[in-house]
Amino acid sequence: MTGDTVPVTPDLERAAERAERRRGFRLGLPGFAYLVIFFAIPLIMVFVYSFATRSSTGKTLLQDWNLQSYQRLVDPIVRQIAWRSLWLAVVTTVICLILAYPFAYFIATRRPVVRNVLLVLVMIPFWSNFLVRTYAWRVLLGSDGPVSQLTELLGLGQTRILFTPLAILIGLVYGFLPFMVLPLYAAIERIDWSLVEAARDLYANGWMAFRRVTLPLSRPGVVAGSILVFIPSLGAYVTPEILGGAKTTLLGSYIVQQFLAARNWPFGAALSFAVMAVMLAATLIYFREGGQTL
Amino acid sequence: MEAKVTSAAVELTGITKRFSDVVAVNDLDLTIGDGEFFSLLGPSGCGKTTTLRMIAGLEFPTEGSIRVFGEEMGLRPPNKRPINTVFQSYALFPHMTVAQNIGFGLEMRSVERSDIDKQVDEAVQLVRLGGMERRKPTQLSGGQQQRVALARALVNRPKVLLLDEPLGALDLKLRQAMQTELKDLQERVGISFVYVTHDQEEALTMSDRIGVMNDGVLLQVGSPEQIYEHPGTRFVANFIGETAFINGVVAESGVVRLPNGNNVRTRTDVPSGTAVTLALRPERLYLAPPDEPAPASVNQIHGTVRRRVYLGNANFYEVDVGFDTLKVRLENTMSATTYAPGDKVVVQWQPGSSKALAK
Repeated sequence: MTGDTVPVTPDLERAAERAERRRGFRLGLPGFAYLVIFFAIPLIMVFVYSFATRSSTGKTLLQDWNLQSYQRLVDPIVRQIAWRSLWLAVVTTVICLILAYPFAYFIATRRPVVRNVLLVLVMIPFWSNFLVRTYAWRVLLGSDGPVSQLTELLGLGQTRILFTPLAILIGLVYGFLPFMVLPLYAAIERIDWSLVEAARDLYANGWMAFRRVTLPLSRPGVVAGSILVFIPSLGAYVTPEILGGAKTTLLGSYIVQQFLAARNWPFGAALSFAVMAVMLAATLIYFREGGQTL
Repeated sequence: MEAKVTSAAVELTGITKRFSDVVAVNDLDLTIGDGEFFSLLGPSGCGKTTTLRMIAGLEFPTEGSIRVFGEEMGLRPPNKRPINTVFQSYALFPHMTVAQNIGFGLEMRSVERSDIDKQVDEAVQLVRLGGMERRKPTQLSGGQQQRVALARALVNRPKVLLLDEPLGALDLKLRQAMQTELKDLQERVGISFVYVTHDQEEALTMSDRIGVMNDGVLLQVGSPEQIYEHPGTRFVANFIGETAFINGVVAESGVVRLPNGNNVRTRTDVPSGTAVTLALRPERLYLAPPDEPAPASVNQIHGTVRRRVYLGNANFYEVDVGFDTLKVRLENTMSATTYAPGDKVVVQWQPGSSKALAK
């Protein structure tokens, strides 16, 4: 290496900057390659398939490119399933937000030691398999399960929650609540407490200080948490399959049906892309909405 | 010299604050007058900010009484006290504009929109922030943020304004300009300012009275002159201004015997025979060549210059006097003689400019 023994010239400086950029690129390369091979390429394949033709025997023919699959998206059955999924995803998000906010606020305002314990508790469910945990709900919500027994004890008669939209809702909220708690916690924990004190000092009561200072400043967490809950809820497959009834087909299950039972890959692919477009639009709108504080 | 306390704006009686087993403020009694600029001065962790927060209602005392214009504050929350605060790092609401920040307090008290606009406008003019109303705090310089914090508090016309090290984040020049401006503002609005600082110069410049705190205890309260000229304890003498301390014993009234056997005359209120610390301000000492005769009324100790530090407007000397080292500050006037390390000198001072403090 002789580079450090010569006086620097503009050319040498530029060369050094280029070397630095190349090093950054090389470091990022494995992750980049992984995403291209296992994410981008399959996604492009799905996109291509959505314009393909299904033969009468259920084979996908990569010829006669057409828009028929997309035209089927407005069928009443598809619209009904889409609305049901969207509605469930929105309600799940709202319930998660209502449940998670006070909890995240509580965690964020504890002493650091207590805070860490509570955060670990929030993450404990991730240590066991999601499928197993969802099956546990089947036991809990079943007609002879503890929930039903409790309502019977209270004289409200047996309750049948399993295989209803309510069961799916409970399952979704249960599964995605941590994804709401964590970003909310991060956002609330970051708020400068002296701002709340300043509000109190400026004649705000506790509620007004929360509404005018804490809540707006925690908005990045609300936005991030809502996206993290809404998107997987909209495409949920496992929870509705296990807890939902045959009458409550949702988008996730419907797409799977197209690929497996119905053997209509082009339509399944088109559905996937339509869902993705909705998710992308929702995310963009939400981000722009919260953009000023993000 | 005692600054006049006309009527009490804030009265603290027997205030103690404990955080689990730490005593942050210990049995503090203090009366702050109406229209007074009062500073609480002390090193960090001395309990001055805790005291301020208790007056604001952001913290409640473990024991004691806080009265504001005669009214007991008890456990009253901050929003129900006729007091506003300028916070240490300003605590401006980052999601609101300058005007929204300033109008917040009025809005919370359900003042009419048109009145809010008018009063915000006046407050903006008061702190000379015209044209900045629509900016967000992050788009302002430190000095401007400081003014917004001031306007946001003053617009509510509090009876007492609390300021928690409000100039700490500003650079030196701006800090000095703001000192004058704050004092000016306080005189114009005519309310009590309670100012917390660890900066003795700030406290001396602006205050009508200063309270010096250490370890949760209020050590001394007095005008800047009283605190500087008549420090009651070694801590106060050391914290305010620069001071050299030398040990001695009171030989007779007004005379202290030094370790080298010399007697020096000084101010003291300690009885004979007591071991004392003699507090000497560097700027009250002067140096003379050893052969120069001095009047008999002047105290003197022979020594050798150890080190000279050039400060621009002054020279700072460390003089070895055998049993101790004295610090001497000589203004850099045209006629001033300078001494070099190794020079034999006589350190001299008037009896009235040293004080013997009980150990």
